[in-house]
Amino acid sequence: MADTTAKPKGAAARSSGTRRRGRKNTSPGLGDEKPEELLDYYRRMLFIRRFEERTAQAYTQARIGGYCHLNLGEEATVVGLLDALRPDDYLFTNYRDHGYAIEKGMDPKKVMAELYGRADGVSKGWGGSMHMYDTATRMLGGYGIVGGQLPLATGAALAISYRGGDEVVVCQMGDGTTNIGAWHESLNIAKLWNLPIVFVVINNFTGMGTTVEMSSAEPELYKRGSAFRIEGVRVDGRDVLAVRDTTAELVERARKEQTPFLLEAWSYRQKGHSVVDPAKYRTEEQWEQARADENDPITLFEAKLAEAGVLTDELREEIAASVKAEVAEAADFAENSPHPDVSTLFDYTYATPVPNESRRMPADPVFAE
Amino acid sequence: MSVITYRQALRDTLRAEMVRDENVLVMGEEIGVFEGSYKITEGLLKEFGPRRVKDTPIAEEGFVGAAIGAAMLGLRPVVELMTINFSLIAIDQIINHAAKIYGMFGGQTSVPMVIRTPGGGGQQLGATHSQNIELFYSFIPGLKVLAPSTPAEASSMLRAAIRDDDPVLFLENLGLYNTKGEVPEDYAQPENDDVATIGRAAVTREGSDITLIGYSRMAMVATQVAEKLAQEDISVEVVDLRSLRPLDRQTFVDSVKKTGAAVICEDDWLTYGIGAEIAASIQEGAFDYLDAPVRRVAMAEVPMPYAKPLETAALPSVESISTAIKETLSAVGKRVG
Ligand SMILES: Cc1ncc(C[n+]2csc(CCOP(=O)(O)OP(=O)(O)O)c2C)c(N)n1
Repeated sequence: MADTTAKPKGAAARSSGTRRRGRKNTSPGLGDEKPEELLDYYRRMLFIRRFEERTAQAYTQARIGGYCHLNLGEEATVVGLLDALRPDDYLFTNYRDHGYAIEKGMDPKKVMAELYGRADGVSKGWGGSMHMYDTATRMLGGYGIVGGQLPLATGAALAISYRGGDEVVVCQMGDGTTNIGAWHESLNIAKLWNLPIVFVVINNFTGMGTTVEMSSAEPELYKRGSAFRIEGVRVDGRDVLAVRDTTAELVERARKEQTPFLLEAWSYRQKGHSVVDPAKYRTEEQWEQARADENDPITLFEAKLAEAGVLTDELREEIAASVKAEVAEAADFAENSPHPDVSTLFDYTYATPVPNESRRMPADPVFAE
Repeated sequence: MSVITYRQALRDTLRAEMVRDENVLVMGEEIGVFEGSYKITEGLLKEFGPRRVKDTPIAEEGFVGAAIGAAMLGLRPVVELMTINFSLIAIDQIINHAAKIYGMFGGQTSVPMVIRTPGGGGQQLGATHSQNIELFYSFIPGLKVLAPSTPAEASSMLRAAIRDDDPVLFLENLGLYNTKGEVPEDYAQPENDDVATIGRAAVTREGSDITLIGYSRMAMVATQVAEKLAQEDISVEVVDLRSLRPLDRQTFVDSVKKTGAAVICEDDWLTYGIGAEIAASIQEGAFDYLDAPVRRVAMAEVPMPYAKPLETAALPSVESISTAIKETLSAVGKRVG
């Protein structure tokens, strides 16, 4: 793999990831992909889209509380990224985690139930939107402190390396995260100790309302691994196949060479930072960019599939209907799941129980006999 | 029984746990090649190699967080933070992650790690290197905070901390490393199962006139105070808290019910400090038994000065604690020697 960090500033193309693989442009053909597989990607992206739309709706109906950050516009990145992992590879993400959780193999019904704060939620209602976690599928958590997941993911890679395993850790984050101390400390440690980890920066050009140019002295984010001798690659995050191929290559190299990599994926966040953010800071031009058909990974892919004759109108309707039904099923499941029992309030403070642990409800006396 | 230093108790116990369990590894700044700023990890790199004894860059947030992530995958990292003062750099990882991961993921994964770290004043290290900020961590559910005061406690509590499935902040004190005490003959045997119960305080000396409560170095000083006052015919009962979270209120409240009076000594700051919590608990649990207001002897509320006489004056001493005890006793008309 070419070290793209050697490129002159400003010369990086959006498609550098795909170009490296010998493809001509940002819209590579569908190659010799099997139609079933292509349709599967389409279906999975659409599922995340509809799931998130449903989430937004439930949020505005106050069925979901707290903060709620969606993957709208970033579906190709989510699906492509996760498709490149083995089931036993690990994933750490930030708070924008619903799509990743589902793609890592978690049951969408339980993801929705977690959003509703119900007992059947993946974290039994203790985490909410920002904290999807599942040991079985190795989704090791969404984290709400910007950059907080980076040291943890690095440590998970350390554990793999300590045991001589061949799993890889993927650590997702946003562009804004690349300026926090934990970024520098984690990349440095990962390279020093030769850990099998791929740091993935979803560059949607904004952290809340702050643009990459406002926050990063080097806004070409994939280059920023060079300070740690970590190879960085940029990929067009609108293209599910490009994301998949580039990720697969980096993950396999991390596995074989036991060394970290950095992947930057360009994506377009279609809405505000969270469900409640009207994104008034966006200029007309920025809104156009975010909404443009050519920046919508699903519209793009749909057109390509139709053009190639893979997606007929009939199939499209069929897929849409089944996705809709499955999302509705998830919402119904969440709606009907019980609230966690208040008697379990003290069950998850310590893994090894202790005598003298305070288990008081507000207004209980300290010494109750 | 043999008599060893607090330092040696920690070193030998750490080594024994590494022999016992392949998942135990140590990480921190200068712990390998340099063998530890306070030599607790002396010899470990030679014996276990760099896979299990990991020198880290000066990146407290990065390596404390990495230890948390490694613990989530089942390793049992023992991190050394050079001093508790530098834990402030890692406080996000400790409070927002180590302490919360078990709860916020509904009990699906735990963080079996230990952070060993010395603290305390008295070494002329100035304002940024002389703090006891265990209060920050003792405030947080999900963390366990231990503060052993003797070599025997240090050994059995470190063993408990390493074998526990939760994140444990293990407080050492610069003033304790060279102190000596008795330990069982087999304290350094890997098969030793003398594991302290986390969350239990101890009455380390019985007495009838007043209860003196301390932890870490101040538990040792409390014993000195009790020995001195015994010669003046004042009978002091000493409670060593040993565990700051979970806090064993019952033990000291029972003691106060017996003696009717209490003094708390701590070498952290007074306002909002650990002594405040102890005093409040005594008020709630033993108000009717109190013959006098609870007194607290704590560090002077200043950034720690460097100059020796100022530093000495800022710290609680055998004298200042003895004075507080005598004043408390005379206030209730108890005999003062
Ligand atoms: C340490 C910290 N500072 C600030 C915040 C508030 N905050 C939440 S998300 C966010 C923007 C992060 O942007 P980016 O990393 O680009 O991720 P994106 O939201 O685009 O996925 C901020 C400032 C936080 N959660 N944590």
